[in-house]
Amino acid sequence: MPVYIGKRLLVAIPTLLIISIFVFSLQKLLPGDPVLAMAGEERDPAVLELLREKYHLNDPIPLQYVRWLGGVMTGDLGISLRTNQPVTQLIAEKLPVTIQLAVMAMIFAFVIGIPAGIIAAVKKNTVIDYVASILALSGLSVPNFWLGIMLILLVSVKLGWLPASGYESIFVDPVRSLQTMVMPAFVLGNALAATLMRHTRSAMLGVLSADYIRTARAKGLSPKDVVLSHSFRNALLPVVTLSALLFGELLAGAVLTEQIFTIPGFGKLIVDAVFNRDYAVVQGVVMCTALGFILMNLIADILYVLLNPRLRASL
Amino acid sequence: MSTPVLSVKNLTTSFRVDGQWKSVVRDISFDVGAGETVAIVGESGSGKSVTSLSIMRLLAANSSRIDGKIFLNGRDLVALSEKEMRSVRGNEMAMIFQEPMTSLNPIFTIGRQISEVLTRHKGMTAAEARDETIRLLEKVRIPNAKGRFDEYPHQFSGGMRQRVMIAMALASKPKLLIADEPTTALDVTIQGQILDLIKVLQEEEGMSVLFITHDMGVVAEISDRTIVMFRGEAVETGKTDDIFHRGQHAYTRALLSAVPKLGSMEGRKLPLRFPIVDVKTGISTEPSEEKDTVSKKGPILEVKNLVTRFAIRSGLFSRQTGAIHAVENVSFDLREGETLSLVGESGCGKSTTGRSIMRLIEPTSGQIQLDGYNVRDLRGSDLRRMRKSIQMIFQDPFSSLNPRMTVGAAVAEPFIKHQMGSKRQAQEKAADLLERVGLSSAMMNRYPHEFSGGQRQRIAIARALSLDPKVIVADESVSALDVSIKAQVCNLLLDLQESLNLAFLFISHDMAVVERVSHRVAVMYLGEIVEIGPRASVFENPQHPYTKKLMAAVPVPDPARRGIRRGISNDELKSPVRPNGYQPPQREYREVSSGHFVQVA
Repeated sequence: MPVYIGKRLLVAIPTLLIISIFVFSLQKLLPGDPVLAMAGEERDPAVLELLREKYHLNDPIPLQYVRWLGGVMTGDLGISLRTNQPVTQLIAEKLPVTIQLAVMAMIFAFVIGIPAGIIAAVKKNTVIDYVASILALSGLSVPNFWLGIMLILLVSVKLGWLPASGYESIFVDPVRSLQTMVMPAFVLGNALAATLMRHTRSAMLGVLSADYIRTARAKGLSPKDVVLSHSFRNALLPVVTLSALLFGELLAGAVLTEQIFTIPGFGKLIVDAVFNRDYAVVQGVVMCTALGFILMNLIADILYVLLNPRLRASL
Repeated sequence: MSTPVLSVKNLTTSFRVDGQWKSVVRDISFDVGAGETVAIVGESGSGKSVTSLSIMRLLAANSSRIDGKIFLNGRDLVALSEKEMRSVRGNEMAMIFQEPMTSLNPIFTIGRQISEVLTRHKGMTAAEARDETIRLLEKVRIPNAKGRFDEYPHQFSGGMRQRVMIAMALASKPKLLIADEPTTALDVTIQGQILDLIKVLQEEEGMSVLFITHDMGVVAEISDRTIVMFRGEAVETGKTDDIFHRGQHAYTRALLSAVPKLGSMEGRKLPLRFPIVDVKTGISTEPSEEKDTVSKKGPILEVKNLVTRFAIRSGLFSRQTGAIHAVENVSFDLREGETLSLVGESGCGKSTTGRSIMRLIEPTSGQIQLDGYNVRDLRGSDLRRMRKSIQMIFQDPFSSLNPRMTVGAAVAEPFIKHQMGSKRQAQEKAADLLERVGLSSAMMNRYPHEFSGGQRQRIAIARALSLDPKVIVADESVSALDVSIKAQVCNLLLDLQESLNLAFLFISHDMAVVERVSHRVAVMYLGEIVEIGPRASVFENPQHPYTKKLMAAVPVPDPARRGIRRGISNDELKSPVRPNGYQPPQREYREVSSGHFVQVA
């Protein structure tokens, strides 16, 4: 197992390097001069030149990259051109917010999607299966922003049950924190739940027709044992891999959801940074996201191996 | 006779297809007495497996219907509720299945899977079940049972997994064991072991066995009474001996005459076509006298010292830690119009040899001369041109045809891709080939799913012929087919050999078929040829211990010759995995008779 994890980490290094080059050069290629954005109305060439000097924007591009990468390695992602705060600090502030949103959305997705998938597979071609499939399809086709706005209108404006926007740290006021997060998490989680449901259903259908399930039934086991213990644990394998890939979708969805519910998270940070041409922040956020994505996939791969004795033995 | 353990009365099983009930098994009645073994024999689609699943009531409840009565120890199973049925399954009767590789749950230890039966039906605690499971594993002769309790199915070979399945089935001491093709997926020496084991355990436990199989050899070996099924009906039931020697129904006789019998070729030099029996009338057409098709010219294919190894890598940087010596120093030649069979059990390297010759797998070393090509030196377009001279027919007729391509297009494709003529010529060629393999050119526009397994294999043969090859590698090409279809396809191959002067490299594990179709035979074991020679000489005078073992293990379709006990062994097939730096020993061969060589050291 340690060898396996070591191997996966080694593979992650070139991946991250390639992403870093990509992130760095992409933004050098983007139109728009950050110095102009910083200087605002001030267009004095001397001032602009000073700013360029200060942020090393006159250096050759490879040198700028190496300097930036060196900083990234030591945890220094540079200074926000806009707010003059260290990027690392900005990320540290916003990341927990998005993590909370993501975790709650994932919990929603798992709690709804997986049981629905199992039931739909077991009750294949019955009314229950059709209803679950129709709900899943609508979950996938309804756009996040529309669902978010409708929920705000209904739950917050009309009924006044939940706050329409805002954020409170879970460590400061847990109840308030959950209240503000429930709706965004649901909006973000429902599309994932639909994807999970469909994949769980098809994985379960595959497993339920397997020879070893026939063996389990031939042993006289109860339907509960056959479905939950013999089938589901096998069907879980592809679902684990899928969940890690869904993490990317989750981040993309978070950007939009945070905008709708005005949550001061990661998504808002990146949108603001892009609009302000705040290069350092964009770079930092993208690197951080890539790292998170790689980490999630690593965890999924390890889980996959732990759940699958065939792979465990080959390590 | 005392009351039977199992009594099936007028069983009819139907499936709902497009809203209509279609009966798959019709009006079957039979008994299985205490301690008795009854075989149900038939080809695919005869309803034999559906019969066994009906008895277990394992068919999907919403799309199937069972009529009639099934008494187990006097209790009608059809009348039981699903919940009551669950306490019968795995308890009063148990079942083992065909595919040992997929019949065990891959993510649970085998110990847990067996214990489950004991905790479920016998109310044992986990600790009691563990002890009993170890005892059962010992009973089915799994070495080091205690140590293997916590291992997973993938750590067991196919034969050992089937032993685990048997242990699981025996756990609750059932009155009836239903064995659905339990040895079909196993190698012939392992098959012998499992059949012996079932027999011995049956005597020890005093249970009855209902044995489902397509293999007449297995039937002759194991059953007291036999039911012959044909298209959902039991056409004949009787004592096994009577069925074999005094079969009444035309189908029974047709089935039996299509079964290749090892040793039936004594005194003959050339291959012999199978007699074709009409299933309706039972009249058999004896094969005509064979012609000697082997060319007197030099060989079309010469293989010298062929070696194919696969690296095994492990560790952080995937360093090579060993190699599978799949093919080791194999040499043979093949003439036009000749059939050389490569026989051996799984993992012996026979398929890898075939693929290496075609360079579908890259050989490690050796020389291959094929129709003037030095195969190992060919690159790019030359390599593709060489493939015109050698074509392959695979085992599985269901997966070797593209389901989205009409059969006409599939047969014409190689001709077009090799630019051997216009599209029109390709069409004509394809039509001609389909006729040649016994299909109609009118079938050109149909898709593979509209054909049966045997017909698909004919299509695959037509496709292989579209480039006018000189050599055909037939890799287990008839193994997946039913006996009667197998006989027909073998006859087709012999016809084609005669008319087109084809050379066949016939790769097979089936000794009886090999005896029938080959001119020469090479026996492979752990990647090496241990014995090679004219068919008559190898089969009538086998020299190598492995050849002898292989022949002794083949079940003979003659109940009178049963009881030649092989002695229960649980030898496993060894694997050709070697450490780095392994030097294969220098082999020496002794010439037994003209052209018949055996490895002596």
